[in-house]
Amino acid sequence: MKILVCISKTPDTTAKIAFTDNNTKFAEAGVQWIINPYDEWYSLVRAIELKEKDPSTIINLVTVGGADAEPIIRKALALGGDEAIRINAEPLESYQVASLIAEIARNGNYDLVLTGKETIDYNGGAVGGLLAEVLDLPYIANATNLQVNGSTATVKREIEGGEETIECPFPLVLSCQKGMAEARIPNMRGIMAARTKPLKVVDPSPVQTLTKFSEFQLPPAKQGVKLVSPDNVDELVRLLHEEARAI
Amino acid sequence: MSVLIFVDHIDGHIKKASHEALSYGAKIAEQTGTTAEAVILGTVNDDLEKLGEHGVKKVYQVQNEQLQQFDSQVYTKVIAQVAQQSGAKVIIFSNNSSGKALAPRVAVRLKAGLAAGVNALPDTSNGFTVRKTVFSGKAFAQVAIDTEIKVLSLNVNAFTIITGEGKAEVIPFDAIVESPKLKTIDSTKTSGKVSLTEADVVVSAGRGLKGPENWGMVEELADTLGAALACSRPVADAHWRPHNEHVGQTGIAIAPNLYVAVGISGAIQHLAGVNRSKVIVVINKDPEAPFFKAADYGVVGDAFEIVPKLTSAIKKLKGQS
Ligand SMILES: Cc1cc2nc3c(=O)[nH]c(=O)nc-3n(C[C@H](O)[C@H](O)[C@H](O)COP(=O)(O)OP(=O)(O)OC[C@H]3O[C@@H](n4cnc5c(N)ncnc54)[C@H](O)[C@@H]3O)c2cc1C
Ligand SMILES: Nc1ncnc2c1ncn2[C@@H]1O[C@H](COP(=O)(O)O)[C@@H](O)[C@H]1O
Repeated sequence: MKILVCISKTPDTTAKIAFTDNNTKFAEAGVQWIINPYDEWYSLVRAIELKEKDPSTIINLVTVGGADAEPIIRKALALGGDEAIRINAEPLESYQVASLIAEIARNGNYDLVLTGKETIDYNGGAVGGLLAEVLDLPYIANATNLQVNGSTATVKREIEGGEETIECPFPLVLSCQKGMAEARIPNMRGIMAARTKPLKVVDPSPVQTLTKFSEFQLPPAKQGVKLVSPDNVDELVRLLHEEARAI
Repeated sequence: MSVLIFVDHIDGHIKKASHEALSYGAKIAEQTGTTAEAVILGTVNDDLEKLGEHGVKKVYQVQNEQLQQFDSQVYTKVIAQVAQQSGAKVIIFSNNSSGKALAPRVAVRLKAGLAAGVNALPDTSNGFTVRKTVFSGKAFAQVAIDTEIKVLSLNVNAFTIITGEGKAEVIPFDAIVESPKLKTIDSTKTSGKVSLTEADVVVSAGRGLKGPENWGMVEELADTLGAALACSRPVADAHWRPHNEHVGQTGIAIAPNLYVAVGISGAIQHLAGVNRSKVIVVINKDPEAPFFKAADYGVVGDAFEIVPKLTSAIKKLKGQS
């Protein structure tokens, strides 16, 4: 079984969100970068678990990013995976990213392509679906569980108010979310091993962008909290009913 | 030229999110001087003509055995056939479980630019730009779409349903339908009666509740409000509650009308998933809890005392006791 895991770089979850250049760019100064949590905790760890069960499994990682994405992809290699590919291009939007990854996926003959549910910065939740259509493969979004039985995958996905269990033949594309696996931290052995694992840098072929982030805005600040005494919960209910019209 | 809205359904009924998407799409059609049309795959018990009340003129209905199985690969090809025949220039999905799988695929198929998770009407005065949430609700972005056809997925609870007069013409559509590769072998309902992402009211609790045995009062409050249940991440990690209740940056993102947070500190990662709620109520015994800064109403005190009082006060309001 050959698995491709898509790894993206995102700001740390506590990063201050601010914009520069007339609100056209995310202010990166002082920001710590991490592996997008959905990619790390769910898709990558699930791939590693599958390899632990079946050591003949090959895991390749792919990221679209400049040299600044290198620490991120190394960290992912330290968690597990056999080799990594960095497509040397600034990620601009999801279609461009998906087109670039699709080329790697097509040439690599993967049984399984895993993405995270979404990146926590641009929240597209799109790369997996775009990739699946470019490759004309089945796709299951928001997967919470993956089992492999020979040539079939058994996948759980969350739907409104419930969960479905689905069978699908390989190859397929999945986007992963909580439930898939339990987060891990890299150990010393993994970190040492990652130093010598192959990290291939490939030049991007020319691809189109179809959309562009033209401006960012911060939401208006909250008015400030109205505190109600714990001895007067009736007053809270009155406010919610009459003032906020929320109940 | 038209605006085409994908209508999603479950258990024979059209989802609330689709009524929002229909209303949204009809507004875009009005704004751009085109007509709004809808596409539905499969059969429902609801009256499709009534979708005209949201402002759509036509509903294309594709009926085929193969469509009983949701498979994004198969559905995409069908939606694309309808879109091409109706000359759709803007195609709208809900940013829900089906839409998340379909919108990107349909976009690729029609060589359209995609804006996922939009939450406002587009600006069509000069090109086409539309607002979406980014950084887990901590900011918004304007996305400019450069292609002739545009695909949008609308966040759930981001657009108010508009209901007026009108009857839609229901048109059977003969599409080529491939056989699905996916096969649903089981489907289960989660414990809650109300789906978390679609709920108007959400009651959520955190580590302040001390243990899973204390959730009874939270469930009662939720029942009284007709609310869905949610929790903070450590609560799900400790298996006090199922993981599908975990909200936040790395859980489910929600935008209900009312969010009631009990014994949750309000960490930045938690806020990221709930800060689009219209009204936030925080109950926490620590006056310094960061959640109060993001709240509209707050009570500083012991949840074990306040929650039962709140439940009975709401029952009183609703005339249930
Ligand atoms: C990368 C990353 C991603 C994360 N993603 C998420 C996420 O998606 N969602 C999420 O929720 N968290 C997330 N977290 C965790 C987050 O940082 C917090 O640790 C978590 O939200 C805290 O949960 P809590 O508020 O339930 O618990 P605590 O922080 O322990 O807070 C408990 C609160 O209960 C109050 N309390 C105690 N007893 C009572 C009482 N009797 N009555 C009333 N109040 C009481 C306390 O004053 C306290 O404020 C993430 C963390 C990281 C690092
Ligand atoms: N620059 C990138 N390089 C590699 N994978 C990416 C990149 N951007 C997004 N992805 C993958 O696509 C998923 C969804 O991203 P998005 O559609 O941007 O929300 C992420 O969780 C990643 O797995």
